[in-house]
Amino acid sequence: MIITGQPDKEIIFKVLKGDASSYALLVERYQNYVFTLVLRFTENREDAEELAQDVFVKAFRSLADFRGESKFSTWLFTITRTTCISFLRKKKLDIQSLDNERTGLQVENQESGFHANLIEQKSRHAMLNEAIAMLSTDDSQVLTLFYKGDQTLEEIGRIMRMEPNTVKVKLYRARQRLREKMLKYFAHEVREIHAD
Amino acid sequence: MRYVKYTRINAEQKKILDHSFKKRNMMDHQQEMEQRLWEYIDGICTAQERNTIAGLLKKDSVWHIKYEELLRLHALLNKEEPDAPSLRFTKNVMEEIAQHQVAPATRNYINKYVIRGIWAFFVAMMAGLIIYFIGQLHWDGNATGNLMPKLNLDANKLNWSRFLNNSYVNIFFGMNAILGLILIDKYMQGKKNKGNEGHWSKGDSA
Repeated sequence: MIITGQPDKEIIFKVLKGDASSYALLVERYQNYVFTLVLRFTENREDAEELAQDVFVKAFRSLADFRGESKFSTWLFTITRTTCISFLRKKKLDIQSLDNERTGLQVENQESGFHANLIEQKSRHAMLNEAIAMLSTDDSQVLTLFYKGDQTLEEIGRIMRMEPNTVKVKLYRARQRLREKMLKYFAHEVREIHAD
Repeated sequence: MRYVKYTRINAEQKKILDHSFKKRNMMDHQQEMEQRLWEYIDGICTAQERNTIAGLLKKDSVWHIKYEELLRLHALLNKEEPDAPSLRFTKNVMEEIAQHQVAPATRNYINKYVIRGIWAFFVAMMAGLIIYFIGQLHWDGNATGNLMPKLNLDANKLNWSRFLNNSYVNIFFGMNAILGLILIDKYMQGKKNKGNEGHWSKGDSA
């Protein structure tokens, strides 16, 4: 995540002073990251978009509570996580059981469509996204926050309410599981990457 | 009583056991190697560990092959672009926030004095109860050497109405109620002033 232009804190200061239109800069800067993170909780893009919108509205309303002790992105991703968890709770879905079901279901779907798609070459982006979607919510979140959200282990710990050491272990296991999924379901693409 | 039955294992079974131990050891070694390599790639290991791994990568081909493999995954994950919502997303958010305003910071209305007041109230309650129970103890210094005081307290015989109808207790509760009302009034007043002073509204932003 490369941030160019006005620093976040300056924009926040302007918004708090009454220039609400400046908030659009923050929305544009972080919408993709928030949206990707929300997609780790819900696969439905419409739901994800609505949730991401909700996250930005909540962040705007409680902007005065942002003390600047952490990065704005860390604060925003914390709101994203809590919003997604309450959304899932409202839908009366147990996240853990969802994880298990989702993994099982997707693996099943993947297997059924796998042979049909064998000839079709998937782009690396799609392949990686599909492999990440097969992981549990926690695993995919850690990977997204570390690689796309540019968060340190300490920051991820703050977002996920975990010790940095636990995050380190989770990250290691998430990458391990991702590799396993890739080798199992996208062996052809993986071989191509190795050949490059 | 439990009995443990020891049986002698034959050569074939010993071979299988040895093989599984070796396999487990290899897996542990593999896991440890991967963990150390990831720390090296992420740049979170110590300088000493960094030098050790750099040396291993030069000397040991197994380490080098594994490192290349992990590095490829790392590069792939790093290159990955995040998903994007619809083009109207920012516009939708801005339209939505036009109906809201920034709420006052929690630290402004959760006053330190309120927290201290609540804390003082509970401390006073605890102190009152402790003093009361100490007052109920009958210090009987007999010669038997029993140092434990007698507690003349029977929950069934305790006359609660004596305390609840006590005018001091009523005054205490009354004072608390008045203090509570004053605090609520202060909070509401502060909120009203803030609203008048300059929190923007939909009209202001235009």
